[in-house]
Amino acid sequence: MSDIPDDLRYASTHEWIRINDDGTASVGISDHAQDALGDIVFVELPEPGSSVNAKDEVAVVESVKAASDIYSPVSGEITAVNEALVDAPETVNSSPYENGWFFKMKIGDETKLHELMDAHAYSKHCDDE
Amino acid sequence: MGQQTSLYQKHLDAGAKIVDFAGWDMPINYGSLIEEHNQVRTAAGVFDVSHMTVVDVGGTDAEKYLRYLLANDVAKLDEVGRALYSAMLNHDGYVLDDLIVYRMSFGYRLVVNCATRAKDLRWMIQNTDGYAVSIQERPRLAILAVHGPESINKVCEVVEEDQANQIRGLKNFRGVELERFFIARTGYTGEKGVECIFPDSDASELWDKLLEAGVKPIGIGARDTLRLEAGMNLYGHDMDETTSPLAANMEFTIAYEPEDREFIGKPALIAHKQLRDAGKLPELVGLVLESRGVLREGQKLVTDKGEGIITSGSFSPTLKHSIALARIPINSQSCEVDLRGTLTRVRIVNPNFVRFGKKVFE
Repeated sequence: MSDIPDDLRYASTHEWIRINDDGTASVGISDHAQDALGDIVFVELPEPGSSVNAKDEVAVVESVKAASDIYSPVSGEITAVNEALVDAPETVNSSPYENGWFFKMKIGDETKLHELMDAHAYSKHCDDE
Repeated sequence: MGQQTSLYQKHLDAGAKIVDFAGWDMPINYGSLIEEHNQVRTAAGVFDVSHMTVVDVGGTDAEKYLRYLLANDVAKLDEVGRALYSAMLNHDGYVLDDLIVYRMSFGYRLVVNCATRAKDLRWMIQNTDGYAVSIQERPRLAILAVHGPESINKVCEVVEEDQANQIRGLKNFRGVELERFFIARTGYTGEKGVECIFPDSDASELWDKLLEAGVKPIGIGARDTLRLEAGMNLYGHDMDETTSPLAANMEFTIAYEPEDREFIGKPALIAHKQLRDAGKLPELVGLVLESRGVLREGQKLVTDKGEGIITSGSFSPTLKHSIALARIPINSQSCEVDLRGTLTRVRIVNPNFVRFGKKVFE
């Protein structure tokens, strides 16, 4: 059974998003997603400062098994990326919700967060897959 | 639910993630493919490969029959226990399967791929006309492969002392029958080790003893990255019924001598050789990508001589970059891969990347 924290919102493509105290949002991939991918060996991160739309492909994660696109869960501007993942991509496996975050963003319209799933709905989504 | 080996519950107990593999429920990993891979390169791991198909060939014409059936020559097996890697070709000289054949006291034992089981058995039986042979599948045998630098010592810890001495004395591609167990120095990882073939009713006991001795269970995920690093072909990926063994780095397994031996596919291979000499048969090479990214099966290649394709690709846990096997026009000097829309330069090397834990290509 994978770990699905209650305080995050989730996209159907398995990204999570968290609103930070400073008003930015962090994005990563779920425990379910990292488990399905297996050992992660490369992470390609977006350019800080770029504007993205919801569902844009903004990053790539490659495991031994497969390559997978990471989509932005909402529209906004990328403000920071987790450079530590470049040298230690396995952090996404070991800490998907904390040290394994991919990027931070300034969200264009926070009301759009409600279009994403809560933990309960995401848990059901994973079970149905 | 697919077929299960007699160790299915043991895999679950060890935390296996189960996937379908050619109709079998097999452990892909027990947590981390990379850790399992490194375990085999640095210590010892055990693979349950009981899904593979064992076929025993007996009868007075067993040798004569197999000398006709297989592209390698079983006459090389001059002692009981010796092993040989061979292709089984069709009449067009294409690869029906690749296999290991052991000489046994009763005749010969073939271990073939499980995905090709039905086809192989049909083909073997079809070609028995005129030969006094018996062909018997042995579905109730388990196969455990124990590989890694410490593998032989670990196996010897869990068997009787006189048996341990016989196992220690085995050279590569040699095996020995020890009561119900057949133990041979063969494998699919590029490390030293043994494969044990024995009644599946004994499988749980041996499995438990090996784990107690510190051998770690290894899934079929790491089996694939280990064999790829060792430059070993995987049937259905690096070659199949549309591939000449000459285009699959398998010529070393073809016994053209003695000249008077006829075998299935031999006339066609002569034609393949002519094609190759004219530069019209592709070759299987190794590819190395030292920058970021992972080469994957099916990715398209462009060389200075034409187009090619990756037949097996992965991240190499030992080398920490990507490697691949690829079929490209013969004598290509340069090669680029289409990596998610971007053409990226890759290096062409001999298809052999890692042996005994060390990088072996230049």
